[in-house]
Amino acid sequence: MSVQTNSSYEVVIGLEVHTQLRTESKLFCGCQVRYGDDPNHHACPVCLALPGALPVLNARAVEFGVRTALAMNCTVHSRSVFARKNYFYPDLPKGYQISQYEEPLATNGWIEIDGEDAAGRSFAKRIGITRIHMEEDAGKSIHDAAITGRNGSHVDLNRAGVPLLEIVSEPDLRSPAEAGAYLRTLRQLLRYVDVSDADMEKGHFRCDANVSLRKKGGSLGIRNEIKNLNSFRYVEDALQTEIERQARVLDDGGRIIQATRLYDAATGKTRVMRTKENADDYRYFPDPDLVPLALEPAFVERARLTLPELPERRRIRFESEHGLSAYDARLLSVSRTLADFFEAVVGARVPAKLAANWILRDVLQALKEREQEIEETKLAPGALAALLHLLEEGRITAKSARELLPELVERGGDPAELVSARGLEAVSDSAQIERAADEVIAAHPENAERFRAGEEKILNFLMGQVMKKTGGKASPGVVRDILARKLKA
Amino acid sequence: MAGPLGTISELRAQLDGRKLSSRDLTDAALARAEALEPALHAFVGLRPERARAEAAEADARLARGERRSALEGIPVAIKDNMVQAGEATTCASRILAGFVSPYNATAVTKLRQAGAVIIGRTNLDEFAMGSSTENSAYGASRNPWDLARTPGGSSGGSAAAVAAGVVPLALGSDTGGSIRQPAACTGLAGIKPTYGRVSRYGLVAFASSLDQIGAFTRSAADSATALEVLCGHDPCDSTSLPEPVPQYTQRLSGEISGLVIGLPREYLVEEGVDPAVLACVREAVAELERCGAKTREVSLPHTKYAIATYYLIATAEASSNLARYDGVRYGHRTANAKDLGDMYRRTRSEGFGAEVKRRILLGTYVLSAGYYDAYYRKAQQVRTLLRHDFEQAFAGCDLIATPTAPEVAFRLGEKASDPLRMYLSDVYTVSANLAGIPGLSIPCGFAHGLPVGLQLLGKPLDEATLLRTADTYQRCTDWHTRRPPEPT
Repeated sequence: MSVQTNSSYEVVIGLEVHTQLRTESKLFCGCQVRYGDDPNHHACPVCLALPGALPVLNARAVEFGVRTALAMNCTVHSRSVFARKNYFYPDLPKGYQISQYEEPLATNGWIEIDGEDAAGRSFAKRIGITRIHMEEDAGKSIHDAAITGRNGSHVDLNRAGVPLLEIVSEPDLRSPAEAGAYLRTLRQLLRYVDVSDADMEKGHFRCDANVSLRKKGGSLGIRNEIKNLNSFRYVEDALQTEIERQARVLDDGGRIIQATRLYDAATGKTRVMRTKENADDYRYFPDPDLVPLALEPAFVERARLTLPELPERRRIRFESEHGLSAYDARLLSVSRTLADFFEAVVGARVPAKLAANWILRDVLQALKEREQEIEETKLAPGALAALLHLLEEGRITAKSARELLPELVERGGDPAELVSARGLEAVSDSAQIERAADEVIAAHPENAERFRAGEEKILNFLMGQVMKKTGGKASPGVVRDILARKLKA
Repeated sequence: MAGPLGTISELRAQLDGRKLSSRDLTDAALARAEALEPALHAFVGLRPERARAEAAEADARLARGERRSALEGIPVAIKDNMVQAGEATTCASRILAGFVSPYNATAVTKLRQAGAVIIGRTNLDEFAMGSSTENSAYGASRNPWDLARTPGGSSGGSAAAVAAGVVPLALGSDTGGSIRQPAACTGLAGIKPTYGRVSRYGLVAFASSLDQIGAFTRSAADSATALEVLCGHDPCDSTSLPEPVPQYTQRLSGEISGLVIGLPREYLVEEGVDPAVLACVREAVAELERCGAKTREVSLPHTKYAIATYYLIATAEASSNLARYDGVRYGHRTANAKDLGDMYRRTRSEGFGAEVKRRILLGTYVLSAGYYDAYYRKAQQVRTLLRHDFEQAFAGCDLIATPTAPEVAFRLGEKASDPLRMYLSDVYTVSANLAGIPGLSIPCGFAHGLPVGLQLLGKPLDEATLLRTADTYQRCTDWHTRRPPEPT
């Protein structure tokens, strides 16, 4: 994507992502983190902000935060402080949100994304991470009488206190496409380190975008913050819209006014929510109910040991260890489950390139047709390996294997059993193939003649006819040999 | 009407000797509470049925020889800012009208597990903000020694109840002196333990970094008994201290020879203190010397900043702690609101009293953008200096003695219109909260016919030395045995 109006501006984008940590319980109490139960079912005195209730920090959430920070190459601070962000809203029971402010969990990291240079060539671009901090989610206000069955507004506190990580990037992104790439990389990383489902549709992964324009090489322009971006496409669309708006203002000699804007997906436009002059004063101060979070070096080291191999390193290893192309290696390392699946198949003594081809083409295709993720499939890596072994040993044809795969993806099962149940064993009985070859030669005398006259390509046609007669179960190599022998005889 | 109840140790002996039952004691306490209520207004609410049922259970345990603690069967009262499951908690505020807690404060749980019988909830300044109980939405409590005077505050109801012999033990909370100052006003032992020693879980927060639960009793020995039950680590309170709790009662040796008592030069000046009060305190120090203690002058040079620092930090925390009273989930909600903002404004305007509003406004200002560094951050820095003052002083002494309050209990209405003068009642007490150290007040004489308090301040977690010193003093003096006249 490029700016349509005046390309002499440089786009400067920084993103703030809130991602929900997949802990069993909430950040400051023992309530379960669960969706879909009755409203206020998971709401204890702490969630309800009853008089006298006090927060107690969930150690697991801290561990997840540290893991994320390490995966993003951040400095994890041995001391961080929870602060109160004060504002009134009905779904904010205490009248303040517990967050981190002056002393966050981690700062100063980076991740690498697929950037795009001016000529459209992709290159690895490093995006700085300003800070990562922990905070609690608010509840949910429900205004829809169809849901509540009554008039008026209602509050559901099941989500109140659910742990979030806020991940703030440096303003290093230069286009909406880069912003999209950053978000996808970030999501992949969060899933890799297994701290968050990072599911944008479920609201587990939310994004606010800061964007400004400047003359190439000039100082930073006035930024606008866009909120309410709840899909990757909205992020890119909203940024594009806002960039065009700012460019028009600047082209007309106007001045950008710092503001927070809301994106309306229906109209594709942003509108001003508030300007800097009437920005809220959150009166942050350290929460006296919580002691500063002191992290022992040993705790951080333990978290480091639980980190899995991260996507970049895995991709490189897939290239060097398994001899995959850079392209295949990248596709296979995008998701940890997919990469694990691939390695399990290879671990079952399937040649890496064969496994990669089948996974990237056939398995992903079958999943796509069923609108499934790799996590959901019934296809066990062992089953795919068994199927590929049958193929390699010539006991089934590629055609048969391709026929069986969707069923294995859909229902699982043992390939060997399926093959015999369906009678898909490759025809190795040469008498049957010879009979079919004789019939085909007899039925197509002029084609046989053309082959004998040196037109070798015609063999493929004749092979096809033999395959048809054997129901596709004959091994193509055997068919070719028999046909050639008979024609030359 | 039943006469005043004795001390915990006296009642303990009677219960254990089967001279009377917990049920008898509880009936007597309830009858006395009701009879004195018109004169004292010590209570916001009594719970006669449940108290009697709990007393019957205690009697059953005693009959089986299963005494849970030295508080088994003893009637007690709690300040109405600690929640009890199934009971109202008002904090003496209209904004909590109708609120019933579904859970117990840890201090309440500990009392119940110890077998104590909670007869009711005592009056306080609204949300514990005040030094006289005049800020209670339910009217002021009165001092049994002079019904025209305050019992002190904010835990004035608890002080009045124990001083009048309704119960031998009542819980209070102390954010800037709210246990020690009323104890001084009513001639009781009142102890504020080290910050974090008693769990704050279920204590309605005023200023979280300063609040601490403690006890009113007639004697220092009874304070030790109460603390053994109340203190200890609580996983529900992140600021609770993990150190094991000493057997305080076992440490009451009556022996303080060689103990060094520090006398801070900044506290023992004539300025701003009633000379009659100062004279009592000096005589008490002399008595401690006769018991074998040594004294030496110490300095707490940042004392003059303590009140200002306290009112910056306490109001800042309060402004945030009280944000939850918004009419959305429980308590008072205005009857007629145009929209959400109007609902908040009206609910809080109707629900909070003047002093609470004043402190919310001050605290909001203190934390606001552009003022935070000048006020809140600066106050935290001074707080650190005050803490260092005590660390240095305690390098040369074992405890510190001061007056508890600059004057005896004042007349109701006397300072109600002058909040700044009211704030100065806390001049000797707030430093202990800012530094997080333990403090207690015991009676050390009378001035103008009213009790005077001696404050002893200790090293962090050294409640044992405070209690031993106070108990030794009480073995040599009889101020703590003096009773106010029966109220009429």
